Amino acid sequence: MEVTLTDVEPGRRPATIPGLGRPLRAEEMVISMGPQHPSTHGVLRLELVVDGEIVVDVIPHIGYLHRCFEKHCEHMTNYQQVIPYADRMDYVAAMSNEFGYVIAMEKMLKIQVPERVEYIRVIMAEFSRIISHLIAIGTYGLDIGAFTPFLYCMRDREHVLDIIEETCGARLLYNYMWIGGLSHDVKPSFQKQVREFCTYFRPKIKELNDLLSYNKIFIERTANVGVLPGDVAINYGASGPVLRGSGVNWDLRKNDPYSIYDRFTFEIPVGKGLKGKVGDCWDRYMVRVHEMEQSTNIIEQAVDQLPEGDVQSAIPKRIRPEAGEVYVRTETPKGDLGYYIVSDGTASPFRIKVRPPCFINLSALPAMCRGAMIADVVAVLGSIDIVLGEVDR
Amino acid sequence: MKTFLLELLKNEVLVYTLMAIVPLLWVIPFALFAVWWERKISAHMQDRLGPMFTGGWHGWSQTIADIMKLIQKEDIIPTAADKKLFMLAPYVVFTGSYAAYAAIPFAASYIGSEINIGLFYIISISSLVVVGLLMAGWASNNKWSLFGALRSAAQIVSYEVPVALSILAVVMVVGTFDLQEINHLQTGPIWNWLVFQKFPLLLFACLIYIIASLAEVNRTPFDLPEAESELVGGYHTEYGGMRFALLFLSEYANMFAVSAIAVSLFFGGWNSPFGDFLSGHWALDLFWFLGKGMTLIFVQMWLRWTLPRLRVDQLMYVGWKVLVPFSFAIILGIGVWVLAAGQ
Repeated sequence: MEVTLTDVEPGRRPATIPGLGRPLRAEEMVISMGPQHPSTHGVLRLELVVDGEIVVDVIPHIGYLHRCFEKHCEHMTNYQQVIPYADRMDYVAAMSNEFGYVIAMEKMLKIQVPERVEYIRVIMAEFSRIISHLIAIGTYGLDIGAFTPFLYCMRDREHVLDIIEETCGARLLYNYMWIGGLSHDVKPSFQKQVREFCTYFRPKIKELNDLLSYNKIFIERTANVGVLPGDVAINYGASGPVLRGSGVNWDLRKNDPYSIYDRFTFEIPVGKGLKGKVGDCWDRYMVRVHEMEQSTNIIEQAVDQLPEGDVQSAIPKRIRPEAGEVYVRTETPKGDLGYYIVSDGTASPFRIKVRPPCFINLSALPAMCRGAMIADVVAVLGSIDIVLGEVDR
Repeated sequence: MKTFLLELLKNEVLVYTLMAIVPLLWVIPFALFAVWWERKISAHMQDRLGPMFTGGWHGWSQTIADIMKLIQKEDIIPTAADKKLFMLAPYVVFTGSYAAYAAIPFAASYIGSEINIGLFYIISISSLVVVGLLMAGWASNNKWSLFGALRSAAQIVSYEVPVALSILAVVMVVGTFDLQEINHLQTGPIWNWLVFQKFPLLLFACLIYIIASLAEVNRTPFDLPEAESELVGGYHTEYGGMRFALLFLSEYANMFAVSAIAVSLFFGGWNSPFGDFLSGHWALDLFWFLGKGMTLIFVQMWLRWTLPRLRVDQLMYVGWKVLVPFSFAIILGIGVWVLAAGQ
């Protein structure tokens, strides 16, 4: 076929061979990035149509990690059993997944949970935001070719995991938030540990910024790459750091407060296009860095106000909600996670539908990648921060 | 060394063979050491320990164990690969990088081959590596390998220009292509080193050489041909076992070769930095030369574990629009200086 570069890049024309009188014929190459590829963040397959190094089109193929989450839920013997399974969607921020589900169930059952539970849940959800963003930032460094920030992020993440492990015994998939309460109360040393972490963590964000965020090469690689304008982001239904990176101030913790988020003072960082255009990869990346700071603020406030109480007093003996439906959306590290739960009055859910933020954010990938280079596809994909467990469910 | 061996053995062929093997005695232990060293350096930079168990003390024999494993591995050639090219490529790559050692002066009394166009020889023979990489990428019949090969061809060819130009700047000052002679010119205290001559022009030439040589040996931030997060493994995606080890070995051999040239050209070669102190013996020469080379290699590793990677177009931008004009400016400056000084 003829070169179709003109559609991609107006400045470039196919080279003409002198004396031949016709443009040089070139073919586009279809290349499969994934499902086994170092930087597809899991088993995602991207079908790349490339013209040399320039990407003409990207077609994501998903489903390699499909585990029938929604169908499985319908066959659970009770509502409580869904929680460990919800953990396995966004497995790097499992607390946030549980959080949305238990809020939805409590709304359905009209349970008022004790104050202490609310505070611990917020602390845990913000911890999961920090560990999720640390992974996102670290692996983003890997995608761009910087190896060291990744291990620095893993080091800091370890401190959070230690606190969570002491609380509930698990490090990745917790089954910690139960409908109406928590599986364990926190340890007596919890508050001290959390405060120590906050004082430890703030300088580490600065270290990360010095090492990676304001590195000249890193800025060159990410600024003005994969620009997603605010209106396009809204049209794609993007949420979370992807939407906020495009300069749209939308965070459910502020715009549609759930749990006790209205009691804390924190800011919503948005992309400002400091190094390039608004909505480029650097903006999305930087939103995550700032969100970690804000999460630290929230954690500090919450741990100062942490009231006494019994965390299991409101757990219902028997979960059998009336027939009806409920939709609850929460702000997870990846974006707007929604649970739509339909009950038919029995002990197991009739239908559970999840609105996964990663899946919807991923749909904007082709729009951001067309006309970019192969290395940019990696950069854009990393800046969306997908977790395939949630994309495929 | 050559005359000594000739007297001893009285057989030219045998002597030249021995002379050719000598650098190998350095290259292979060096590669084994450097792989371990890089692991330790990266580990300590990243708050880890790196290999700690194999061999006892700080996992010193980890690379040896790895090589043993690679030797024992099944010899896999992809069905769709071009068999002959696929098998030949690692040897071409290694030949290219090892051949450069022929003209590197390790000590006042030892240089593989005393040719008066040593620098020319090194510039041209190290281009052979590109052929090998292209062969490897093409023969693998893998799209990622092909990408890696094309990238490395484009990159190495582009960055040979600033490398050659910065070397030319040195040649304009010293007036010879013979590396041994260049080393003799730098005898004496540290300020006799060429990097401090025609200050600061040769210092800039040195910086340009070091940056461009990073690209020539595919090291971060110019490691695009094997950018593992983009191209899986680049040109060596399909290679395994001993062939992979050979590609790896030649990468490290190349690293030392470019460092050795930088040492010879800019940092006094085998000369002691203290003038007559600690110099004169071949072992001391060797110590200074290898020590300086390893220092530069440490810098390469340090950069690798600190910096992200450039994109292809940015790489070309840096090469053609930054390094090449600057090296031309340096050449112009040195030309004017030499003319004005009437030398």
